[in-house]
Amino acid sequence: MPKKVIMTKEDIKRTLARIAHEIVEHNEQLQDLLLVGVHTRGVPLARRLAANIEGFTGAKIAVGTLDISLYRDDLSSLELKPLVKLTDIPANIDGKSIVLVDDVLYTGRSTRAALDALVDLGRPRLIQLAVLIDRGHRELPIRADYVGKNIPSSRHEDIKVNLKETDGMDEVTITTAAKEEQ
Amino acid sequence: MRATQTKPTVSETIWQHHHVLDLDDFTREEIELVFQTTKAMKEILSRPIKQVPALRGKTLITLFYEPSTRTRLSFELAAKYLSADMVNLNTQISSVAKGESLVDTLGTLQALGADIVIMRHPSSGAPSIATRFIGASIVNAGDGWHAHPTQALLDLYTIHEHKQSLKGLKAVIIGDIMHSRVARSNIWGLTTMGIGVTLCSPPTLLPIGLGDQRLPPVRTEPDIERALDGADIVMTLRLQRERQRSGLLPSIREYINLYQLNKSRLAKAKPDALVLHPGPVNEGIEISPAVAHGAQSVINEQVTNGVAVRMALLYLITGSQKQ
Amino acid sequence: MKPLLIQNGRIIDPGQGIDMTGNLLIAEGKISWLGKEPPAQAEYAILNTKGLIVCPGLIDLHCHLRQPGDEEKETIATGTRAAARGGFTTVCCMPNTNPPLDNQTAIEFIKSKAAAEGAVRVLPIGCISKGRKGEELCEMGELASGGVIGFSDDGAPVASAYLMRQALDYSRAFDLPIIDHCEEKTLTEGGQMNEGAISTKLGLRGIPAAAEEIAVARDLALAELTGGRLHIAHVSTGGSVELIRRAKEKGIKVTAEVTPHHLTLTEERVLGYDTNTKVNPPLRTREDIKALIQGLNDNTIDIIATDHAPHTEADKLCEFDLAPFGISGLETALGSLMGLVHEGEIKLATLIARLTHEPAKIIGDSYGKLGTLAVGAPADITIFDPNLEWVVNTNDFASKGKNTPLAGERFRGRVMATIYGGKLVYQDSSIKIKES
Repeated sequence: MPKKVIMTKEDIKRTLARIAHEIVEHNEQLQDLLLVGVHTRGVPLARRLAANIEGFTGAKIAVGTLDISLYRDDLSSLELKPLVKLTDIPANIDGKSIVLVDDVLYTGRSTRAALDALVDLGRPRLIQLAVLIDRGHRELPIRADYVGKNIPSSRHEDIKVNLKETDGMDEVTITTAAKEEQ
Repeated sequence: MRATQTKPTVSETIWQHHHVLDLDDFTREEIELVFQTTKAMKEILSRPIKQVPALRGKTLITLFYEPSTRTRLSFELAAKYLSADMVNLNTQISSVAKGESLVDTLGTLQALGADIVIMRHPSSGAPSIATRFIGASIVNAGDGWHAHPTQALLDLYTIHEHKQSLKGLKAVIIGDIMHSRVARSNIWGLTTMGIGVTLCSPPTLLPIGLGDQRLPPVRTEPDIERALDGADIVMTLRLQRERQRSGLLPSIREYINLYQLNKSRLAKAKPDALVLHPGPVNEGIEISPAVAHGAQSVINEQVTNGVAVRMALLYLITGSQKQ
Repeated sequence: MKPLLIQNGRIIDPGQGIDMTGNLLIAEGKISWLGKEPPAQAEYAILNTKGLIVCPGLIDLHCHLRQPGDEEKETIATGTRAAARGGFTTVCCMPNTNPPLDNQTAIEFIKSKAAAEGAVRVLPIGCISKGRKGEELCEMGELASGGVIGFSDDGAPVASAYLMRQALDYSRAFDLPIIDHCEEKTLTEGGQMNEGAISTKLGLRGIPAAAEEIAVARDLALAELTGGRLHIAHVSTGGSVELIRRAKEKGIKVTAEVTPHHLTLTEERVLGYDTNTKVNPPLRTREDIKALIQGLNDNTIDIIATDHAPHTEADKLCEFDLAPFGISGLETALGSLMGLVHEGEIKLATLIARLTHEPAKIIGDSYGKLGTLAVGAPADITIFDPNLEWVVNTNDFASKGKNTPLAGERFRGRVMATIYGGKLVYQDSSIKIKES
């Protein structure tokens, strides 16, 4: 199966720096800002973004983690249940500006689940979405506010984000799946 | 939403259970998975809105042939917090009281579309037999003397929250072991997690066949002070008056004299030893009020953890039907 | 009816010490010839039994036909058809019917029903005590002249040692055995399965081996005291085997039986709570099985009897402790026992002896020469293929009782035909009689 690297370590670093600036640009009150990483890879991405923001503004940004397993719309039909991880939001989210952070935006269902989870936790003033990769093929009317890279892809292709914290290295690859659907 | 290959899932090789009937064949990995999932569920219980849609659309029916308040409520809350549709079958007033057989009752539940049946029954093996007559997942809430797996799991989780590592700890179970499904399930669970188990009871209340390699390895010690020496975990069982055949104990007074867990006896255990009890507590009989309400007692935590553990199990067993 | 030649089979008749390939001729319901060569006679039909075993019709000294009273579980008609399928030409029915067989009229009922509807010979066993209540002796003399082959309160033990003594003593006048179901009830009340590691694992109240051994020891002492004939039903523990062995060494008049399930299934079968494994006495341990087989091989245990105990499907479709005890065994007996022969645990001739010649000895001659292929004896013959593999399918059972833990089990060894009084009462579809 041919695997192509579409973002290198350097590409990822530059992209995250750019997104961090964009977030600051669109959020005046940094003390009301909360970055919430969606498990699994959204979490290290959120932490890196917070570090970046602190790096050029000096402001310490709150970071939370969100598990969406219990909000998925396909739990009944899944053969393998998702491992439930911890949801840990350090503050009351009422009135806050939340930026959800995830690695790949695809059908939009993960984001819908994350929105449902956040709404059960409180009433934020604003929820925005930051993703490293947007690969198209939305099945719900959902869009990201901050996109690292747009990668038009076909459904047979697999886009994988590898991060040092979870996979030992920073790299985004695209692979064509072995079997072709008729 | 497609499960992307980057998302960790409950591997088929770890979780094998479509039903929760007993702890006999739960692996250490499965129990640790329950711990991990319980922790996430406990977080939900700390929220203002204690609800997630994970079991939305699932029909959950409790079928209790024995009276129970705390266990039934615990399951009911667990179901509601997971957004399941939940109904209780009150066997006292239903057709069961008129003599409907277990098989027929299960057939009715099947026809009503039950996805999960929480069952408590006085006959050992009834939930196991039930799996042959209904397609729903069965969760055993206690069957005869045989098993009470959710109780043992919440006991284990409570211990896990307090102790860094479980392996090598020493646990003592005091009371009527022979007739206790809580003791049986705990014996399986504790030994699987590498905890050493000592059973402390009058010889007439010990199960037969201990020492056989088909049973978990346990020590027996009829003297309570020797049994408690150096213990990390002390579990007291309710003296089961209704299940006990007469003649096994000369009197309750003698039992209290020899086996009541009181402060001076508890002092023989480690100073940070945990005191557990499945409830309801007969204060003054198997446990003194001072110990039941003392600093080492985690009895109330057991109840809280019970809801979270049951939520975790309900989550883990639902999903596509595995035959 | 034309004479029938059973041709070229391997004829095994332990009672006559015969094991040879040869020919057997049946005429007018009796054995009229047995030899290596066929008789010099012009007219006979031929049943080719090449590759098959031909032996005396099997005798079951202990089965429950449930009639009168529990006809939904079994009747004499269905039970004897099941017996025929299992290769049995004589079955002895236990008297725990409703009403029990404790009087002449009840015995007459059995005999007339058997004559009218029975596929094979049915010999009645009378109660020991009136109504099986364990209080007063039955009119044993009347039952004896009515044709019972022994007395038993089976289903229940004789709890009173005093009554057991009287029974053993009084029965001496009729030279009939007292068959006891050995169980000390105060130790077994509420018990569901063998007491041990498995009952602990399953959370079921156990039935300790000691409960049987206490009763066996008591009965042996009483047999010694009275000189009466004792027959111990369904022996299940190694301890009982040892007690019987020592009693026989002392010359006490005792015979003993074991069931096919106690020879082949252990308590581990109960894991999973299959109510079809619930039986009294219960399935025991590997060690008990070893001792029972040893007992069969050294004459401590005289016979094998099925204790066929049919129940309706609904009866067994419930919680384990509500299910009645009993296994439907007539149609799986030989198949399951042949496993022991194939594993080398017991010789084929010994197995056949324990099902033919030895039970016939206990029954005596009052019904003719049973359990033998001697010339002049009733033509009761069992023909089986010792190597044919088959799978147990309870839908094929003639018995109303489908309650067996052996459903779906694969066996090697199958009854192909059963002849009772010269008539073919069961035949496999592959068995054809050639009119010559």
